Amino acid sequence: MSEAELATPFRDRAGRALQDGFLQQALTIATTKFLELRREAFGEFPEGDALRDRARAIKEATLQRLDHYLEQLVDNVERLGGHVHFATTPDDARRIILDIAKRTGTRMAVKSKSMATEEIHLNEALEAAGVTPVETDLGEYIIQLAHERPSHIIAPAIHKTKGQVADLFARELNRPNVPADPEVLTAIARAELREKFLQADMGITGANFAVADAGTVVLVTNEGNGRMVTTLPRVHVAVMGVEKVVPSMTDLAVFLAILAKSATGQKLSVYTTLVRGPRKPEELEGPDEFHLVLLDNGRIAQLGGTLREALYCLRCGACLNVCPVYRSIGGHAYGYTYPGPIGILLTAMLNGAASVKDLAHASSLCGACADACPVRIDIPRMLIELRKEVDEKKIAPWSERVVFTLVAWLLRHPALFRLAAPLARVFQRPFARGGRIERLPLFFGEWTRTRDLPAVAARTFSERWAALEREGR
Amino acid sequence: MPEASVRAALMITCLGDMLFPDVGVAIVRLLRSLGVTVEFPPGQTCCGLPLFNSGYHAEAAGAARRLVEIFKDAPYVVVPSGSCAWMVKHEGPGLLKDTPLAGEARRLAERTYELSQFLVRVLGKTRFGSRLRGRVTYHDSCHLLRGLRESATPREILENLDGVELVELPGHDECCGFGGSFSVRLPEVSSAILEKKLTNVEATGASCVVACDAGCLMQMAGGLTRRKSQVRAVHLAELLEP
Repeated sequence: MSEAELATPFRDRAGRALQDGFLQQALTIATTKFLELRREAFGEFPEGDALRDRARAIKEATLQRLDHYLEQLVDNVERLGGHVHFATTPDDARRIILDIAKRTGTRMAVKSKSMATEEIHLNEALEAAGVTPVETDLGEYIIQLAHERPSHIIAPAIHKTKGQVADLFARELNRPNVPADPEVLTAIARAELREKFLQADMGITGANFAVADAGTVVLVTNEGNGRMVTTLPRVHVAVMGVEKVVPSMTDLAVFLAILAKSATGQKLSVYTTLVRGPRKPEELEGPDEFHLVLLDNGRIAQLGGTLREALYCLRCGACLNVCPVYRSIGGHAYGYTYPGPIGILLTAMLNGAASVKDLAHASSLCGACADACPVRIDIPRMLIELRKEVDEKKIAPWSERVVFTLVAWLLRHPALFRLAAPLARVFQRPFARGGRIERLPLFFGEWTRTRDLPAVAARTFSERWAALEREGR
Repeated sequence: MPEASVRAALMITCLGDMLFPDVGVAIVRLLRSLGVTVEFPPGQTCCGLPLFNSGYHAEAAGAARRLVEIFKDAPYVVVPSGSCAWMVKHEGPGLLKDTPLAGEARRLAERTYELSQFLVRVLGKTRFGSRLRGRVTYHDSCHLLRGLRESATPREILENLDGVELVELPGHDECCGFGGSFSVRLPEVSSAILEKKLTNVEATGASCVVACDAGCLMQMAGGLTRRKSQVRAVHLAELLEP
């Protein structure tokens, strides 16, 4: 989202999303489907829970020796003839990729879906350097046509209805009267993309995993476009966060067993692509050059930070689908690359705690995300830690800090706390009818605009206890 | 009647004390009818969950310290809200872990029960007389379900109520949108989540939606009366005949 859009308070961005009828329709259908499919997939898979524990343990063990596994990965990728680059910042990563593009005379790059390249805003940088990026995942293709950004980690165009996609294709691809039929729309996109695959000089992907002891980069996809991106162009560049490394193929198997189930409810994704370096002389297909860009961008600092567990994330999107807030407002309202509960943590990791001073509160802490997470990341706990940081660093508004300090003080002084009820009874008198309050002024109106509030009782439980005590004798 | 030796203290909670005193009274009478000696230690304010969830942990530790002292002598502590019980059981010990009260906080956590858990798991009681006839549905509050991992005890009680038919609520495990300060920080989002919950509640045809948490009840009741619904949001204790 642009600076100007981010200047709009989160609450207003969320409010606009709630008013968007198309968005509401698209979100409800898609997230409900995803979460039901996920539930069914794990329902038929009794080993699931044990594998989730195992996956979590592997992630933790890997992070404890991340330097070792990264070194191993680098050695093996280079042994296979690939090149490895380390990018500390998004700027480093963009520069590395643009250098490769320049040296190889790249004019068009086809891309497989990748959140890491979204994170570093690669497409804008490529365009500015005269390289045409073409998104080839159907969802990414749609939002590239619409000049938008992904609103979901695995379903980038989840915010669009099929009718909106048909209108978009009619306008952007000059296909008047195209029906709102997913099969027809997909066929059109496929035909458009086929030419691009053949023309492109460079293929750009992310990486779901990289296997350290094999030097293998793993892509989990459904549309087959990933295979063409990694085999047809002369150059393949894979961009991945440093935390995506796993020690061995045995470990990889654990993650593959739970990733697609968590994401889309599939047993496995349609394609699991394992890339080992560039084409060897005896091989028929594959690129001449293979580059792996390892991206830090705030991750390494969190190895010892409060957000460490967020480094376990597999980017499956399950936490988005079950989150009542995400399901209500969609991904764009969050304002950053990664939406939803995990997105708030990743945004804090990438941009600092101050960037999520409002987003840290964009959760009812219902815990559905932690339950759905395949590696059991305790997202609510870390949201609370972020709130704490925002408060302790005095990033939270002073008015809020004063209120909470006062409340805390009151809770420690029961004699004064007892005065709250009689005072409230005086204050509520003009507003209470039949034990309910329909309208309150000032801050309290935030509740009563949409909901009634029970009036403070004529006699509190504490005030009734003496009589109750007598009754019990 | 079970053995009359059980002694329990009621942790009324801030919302329970000021907004839902009838629930507290119902609990006292119910427990007494089961032979429990009910105590109400003075000086109770709040468990500190609102402070904790908003990130004010030093302040929440102050509240946790008070609870440990107030309930020092109670063999059992009964709480009518899953979220407050979760606060005492899960966060109290952590907040006081490097203090002299650490052991006491753990002991309090072990002795504290949400009401339905106390009735079923401590007293072994699942059959109660009913104050209501007809169809009811049950909303799993987030802290009771995912915090305390309890979905069975309220259902066991409701299923055994004479003349009451329990129907499952579509999306029974989904949040009602309350979330403490979330409900007023992002009231539009909170209300949108509530609307979905209430649409599901009304679709069951139940005359009331039952919950074991004052926060959810405040949210759902507030939405139901605002939409002039015939459905009422009630606490489990309000249905049980002493």
